[in-house]
Amino acid sequence: MTSTSRATRIAVAGIGKMGLSHLAIVNAQPDLEVAAVCDASGMVRGVLEKYTGVVTYDDYDRMLREVELDAVLIATPSRTHASMVRTALERGLHVFCEKPFTLAVQDATELTALARSKGLVTQVGYHNRFVGPFAEVKRLLDAGAIGTVTHALGEAYGPVVLKPKGGTWRSRKEEGGGALYDYAAHPLNLLNWYFGGATSVGGTVLRPIFSRETDDEVHSTIHFAGGESANISVNWSDESHRKMTTRMTIWGTAGRIFADRQEIQVFLRDGAAVPEGYERGWNVRYGTELTGGVGFYLRGEEYSAQIEHFAERVREGRTDGVNGFESAAETDRVIAMLIADAATAAPTLAPTPTATPMAGPRHAEVRRPRRRVRFPWGVPQPAVQLELREGS
Amino acid sequence: MDRLLFGDNQFFGVNHMSEEKARAQAMRFQSVDAVMGVLDAAYDAGVRTFMCTTHDRVGEIADRVRLDRERYADFAFYPCMPYAHKYANAVTEDGMLGAVKRFLPGEGLMNAAIRGGSSMARKDIDGITTLLIDAEMKMFQGLRTPVVFLQNVIVDLLLGLGFNAAFRVFADHVRERYGAEPGFITMNLPALVPVLEAQGIEDPIVCSNINKLGFRMSGGVAAYERTLREHRFRAIAMSVFASGAIPAEEAIEWVCAQPNLESIVFGASSERNIRQTRDLVARHWDLQPVLA
Ligand SMILES: NC(=O)c1ccc[n+]([C@@H]2O[C@H](COP(=O)([O-])OP(=O)(O)OC[C@H]3O[C@@H](n4cnc5c(N)ncnc54)[C@H](O)[C@@H]3O)[C@@H](O)[C@H]2O)c1
Repeated sequence: MTSTSRATRIAVAGIGKMGLSHLAIVNAQPDLEVAAVCDASGMVRGVLEKYTGVVTYDDYDRMLREVELDAVLIATPSRTHASMVRTALERGLHVFCEKPFTLAVQDATELTALARSKGLVTQVGYHNRFVGPFAEVKRLLDAGAIGTVTHALGEAYGPVVLKPKGGTWRSRKEEGGGALYDYAAHPLNLLNWYFGGATSVGGTVLRPIFSRETDDEVHSTIHFAGGESANISVNWSDESHRKMTTRMTIWGTAGRIFADRQEIQVFLRDGAAVPEGYERGWNVRYGTELTGGVGFYLRGEEYSAQIEHFAERVREGRTDGVNGFESAAETDRVIAMLIADAATAAPTLAPTPTATPMAGPRHAEVRRPRRRVRFPWGVPQPAVQLELREGS
Repeated sequence: MDRLLFGDNQFFGVNHMSEEKARAQAMRFQSVDAVMGVLDAAYDAGVRTFMCTTHDRVGEIADRVRLDRERYADFAFYPCMPYAHKYANAVTEDGMLGAVKRFLPGEGLMNAAIRGGSSMARKDIDGITTLLIDAEMKMFQGLRTPVVFLQNVIVDLLLGLGFNAAFRVFADHVRERYGAEPGFITMNLPALVPVLEAQGIEDPIVCSNINKLGFRMSGGVAAYERTLREHRFRAIAMSVFASGAIPAEEAIEWVCAQPNLESIVFGASSERNIRQTRDLVARHWDLQPVLA
């Protein structure tokens, strides 16, 4: 599609936690026009229709057939991404899709090729690439500031699953739930940005702590084509963090970089190719100076910046840019490698015995379980059974 | 409104510059005693308004203030609701409707369920909104809450969605039920103020980042200056130091020169910093409260 002077007509599919914030940001963009939204929940549709006047659909395919659109933003549960993206591309629409892109590498590969063959603009919601300090890491690595990189540590911690529970799709693996898809995808995607696609992985641990079916903790060693190795350490049952925290530490022959959302700390050794604005030894720069402003702010500049980037690319018909399908497919690929690797070490799937003492205080409330749950590893968990009853 | 208001980010591990500093603060202020120590220092320095999220731990602070009415005769809370993480986490665990149910007030459950339940069925936000406000206000019962704020995450979400009627529901309920002035926190001041005007909310209190760096002043510094000059509302500046990125003197001098600014909200963890900020502001402003 060539650039047009009128606003880009976009539909938002999936008005949940993520979709609602996307809808607000998209709606506030001067060059995007929300032409329709789609959600499975009648309550959500009703409230939005009544109070914001937006046109709503319960059926995605029908919405695409009936509404004149240039683009679509997909924020439905991850399992649905691939088919929704395919339908949109087949109709010639530009697509912004939430992460993870797909749950199957083959889908990711096919969709990337399909979008390319049609010359469509694609983007996936890996917002960390729009976080000032993480973008600065990329800039420093590209400039060779810390010499030859040998190793990296990507981390993500936060308080999502703090007790045995789970009534939403997030607690089901086949729907794309679990800390691997939800949390680990972010540092993995940054590693892909910095070092390209992974060549092999090893020692992968995908471990449930409180969840029944999905991993709450992810550890692995990943190797990249350039010879770099990386560890990832991810735990979404970590209440010591007020909210999700993503971090990256990178060691090179000429220095070391640490970055999170707030700041970047760079140590440059003698002999490092010191970039402008940096000096030998320690350098600290804050997100406040590294992050540019946005037209409309909701929950962090990066969420708005990625939408502004997408809108601009669509307006200009630019298929290159940050977070295209091809780059997100690399992350889908490494996720698949981790799953395959973890499966070869199945015993680590058993929940740690400390899960029971950690749930200790709740034991007092446990009445006689009505249902016995058989776990693959044969460890009955009273606290889990309590939650099963409550959840139904 | 007092010209200087005391904020609460430093107590709850919020720091826009550094995770490490945030964690150190979270450790330091783990006990309510430590928080009260700083609040007392602020109070004794004449900074008597505590602008705070409806964090569970603020409930403990409210209890302390309630217990010693004489000591805290002029202490005012400006509650900022909702404490968003509480809801975000609940939504992740229970989905959106589950989360709403979780926060219905415990007392008068039947009544609440009817107000909430039937309002959900009618897709009518008034009932559920007022219910959530009441739930958040419970911890301040019997205390002075002359201004009640809606947090920026919610304000800006509603603003982006074009859910403008909700601002009116909030303002009316806060005025009628609590005899308080409605306040709105936003990162998008130039976009919000005209919307509040269009909703007929008179002279609203609006708190936003106002700093020399333009940090989180969406739409740009010039648009903020224009809004301050040309619209009728009561402005509060926050993030005046841009999380420490601007030297204190320079920051205060700049912000105090902005037109029609009524108050500044700032955070500090020590008596020294509280007094230093107060004295800096006193050089530019008369610290007598501005009457509405
Ligand atoms: N970038 C991030 O940091 C981030 C954070 C959270 C979620 N996400 C991603 O966003 C996506 C959505 O996550 P969420 O947390 O918002 O989930 P959610 O469960 O809160 O919302 C999903 C919404 O989609 C709707 N829905 C489900 N199936 C549908 C269908 N077939 N057609 C139309 N609507 C449908 C549901 O009614 C619900 O409102 C996921 O892919 C998730 O991985 C990304």
